Amino acid sequence: MAVRNDNKVAELDVFRPGRSLGAEAWARLLRNKAAVAGLVIISMFAIMAIFAGLVAPENPLQINDGKRFLPPPFFKGSTNIQSDPKFLLGTDSLGRDVLSRVIYGSRVSMVVGFIPTLIILLLGTFIGMVSGYAGGRLDNVLMRLTDVIYAFPDLLFFIIVMVALRESFIGRLMNGLVLLFAALAIVNWVGVARLIRGQVLSLKQKEFVEAARCIGATDSRIMFRHILPNSLGPLIVSAAFTMPGLIITEAILGYLGVGLPPSTDPTDIFITSWGALMLDGQSAINAQPFLLLSPAICVALIVLAFTFLGDGLRDALDPRMRGTQ
Amino acid sequence: MVAYFLRRILWLIPVLFTVSLITFIIMRSAPGGPWDTDAERRQVDAATLKSLEAYYGLDKPMWRQFVAYVFVDKNSVTREWVCGLICGNLGPSYRQHGRTVQSILFDPPPKESFWQSRFGYSLRLGLTALSFAVIFGIPIGVVAALKQNTLWDYIGLFIATSGISVPSFVLAIFLIIIFGSWLGWIDIIVDSWREIKYWIMPAMVLGFGTMAFTARLTRSAMLEVMRQDYVRTARAKGLAERVVVFRHMLKNALIPVVTILGPALAALVTGSFIIETMFSFPGMGGAYVQAIRQRDYSMIMGTTVIYALLVAVANLSVDLAYVLIDPRIRLEE
Repeated sequence: MAVRNDNKVAELDVFRPGRSLGAEAWARLLRNKAAVAGLVIISMFAIMAIFAGLVAPENPLQINDGKRFLPPPFFKGSTNIQSDPKFLLGTDSLGRDVLSRVIYGSRVSMVVGFIPTLIILLLGTFIGMVSGYAGGRLDNVLMRLTDVIYAFPDLLFFIIVMVALRESFIGRLMNGLVLLFAALAIVNWVGVARLIRGQVLSLKQKEFVEAARCIGATDSRIMFRHILPNSLGPLIVSAAFTMPGLIITEAILGYLGVGLPPSTDPTDIFITSWGALMLDGQSAINAQPFLLLSPAICVALIVLAFTFLGDGLRDALDPRMRGTQ
Repeated sequence: MVAYFLRRILWLIPVLFTVSLITFIIMRSAPGGPWDTDAERRQVDAATLKSLEAYYGLDKPMWRQFVAYVFVDKNSVTREWVCGLICGNLGPSYRQHGRTVQSILFDPPPKESFWQSRFGYSLRLGLTALSFAVIFGIPIGVVAALKQNTLWDYIGLFIATSGISVPSFVLAIFLIIIFGSWLGWIDIIVDSWREIKYWIMPAMVLGFGTMAFTARLTRSAMLEVMRQDYVRTARAKGLAERVVVFRHMLKNALIPVVTILGPALAALVTGSFIIETMFSFPGMGGAYVQAIRQRDYSMIMGTTVIYALLVAVANLSVDLAYVLIDPRIRLEE
């Protein structure tokens, strides 16, 4: 060990395969057990949502007369009703299988978590970049706009939008899903815009931007090829924390009875949501607590999974930030 | 300094104006008027509808209705000037006939104190929840920081993480089912809200998220303070550990915690509507959800504006509290 073969050292240095920043971050993420667990749980819910028709043991719309509020086989309810082994989590007020309904309910939560987040990221990034890069009066106007939206209590905004516009034209599109997406996106782009604006303001002073400008790069090239890739880390982290917030919001709206109305049409993709299921379950807390409990557990699980993934992503993408939050 | 305070307070005016404008536009664009939406209710004939609309000013153009709602307008039936939002008048409720929105929210039942009003109930619930959050949150954070990277720290962090991410109504569902329905420790059906024991569950559930947040904030502030030179100096001159922790560390570590108390209270008062509905609590949030389910547009609108006002004032109070409490922060004039 004392005498080293110089050729070998050189060989090691030269032939170490280069790894991109993304690959480095990915490797760091995979070393974080909690983040991997979160990722696995989210993937499982996503697969369950996509293949709900195959995963669900029963038809979620099948009404079984005389089998109302059956407790699950493993649980003895206070009413001593004989459970049916066919229904693993019991039945609801119309004798429909709770497990299948919860599985179908994951579709709404997944879609509400992902699609508005995409819109929020696109809109927020664009406005934040323009505001930070242009500066001056445009920046001032856009930032005052974000201040006002920030001041509006967001849950109240969603509630009044869903209450007032549910019967309008846009409220009827895709069973209210379009309206929900729009409401969620209108409020939430603000956080992303502020984040990106801050990034742009600090990055545009950096030497590499100056260098790019020196060799004659256009503004849009500097913005999208130089500044944006360097802001991706915080953007990904904020996306991971936006999604659980949206899922919770949808559940709250459903629970208040102003979310997506449950559908009885078998051709519908989105039959019910976890929030709507919890609203159903509230009336039978003693006889059939699993109608309330199962969607609540799902919400808690997916929200924790996103939190762990978000924490892991933050540590992986910016190792200097580790443990400061 | 005074100029900064004034500027921040004046900024509330455009914010609240915009909030009421947005709320007004959204609520007014709801299809159908306040009298024709429910099929099972008594239908109004055309002549009555016309005089009702005239009385409530609904026959006027939109901008005029908004001016009437926020500022003043002359009632075309009674010929009286009626002052709007700026005088604290939120207008009549569309569903609870003969009552104004502000009287539903703020007036106590006859011969009762202010605390018995709907707002008073919500405020008391918020204060109880906040006390719970502070009494448990700060010690958890302090212990977690002092015993960093031990089992205690991990338990504290787990409570903090789950409390912050899992929403309170999901937590409420778990607690109600486990303690109320299965173990039977707590009565779910409440006889009277005058008895303290019924307040424990809703306050605990409502305050759990704030407790988790307080714990995490205290922990990170303590960790920062513990590494300061003056703490090392205090130890070096031989002060008792108790004195170092309470006088030197805690006093400084609590600055961020104290500043969030205002917004935390506002968040608890305005964010309690789900918990209030679950426990059939006679507060403002319960009235709000009831208004949503009955489509009582003026009630929804009025409560939203009140909620927005509370949140805006609370957010303002953080910045002001920071300047007042922390001498290290000096504003450049």
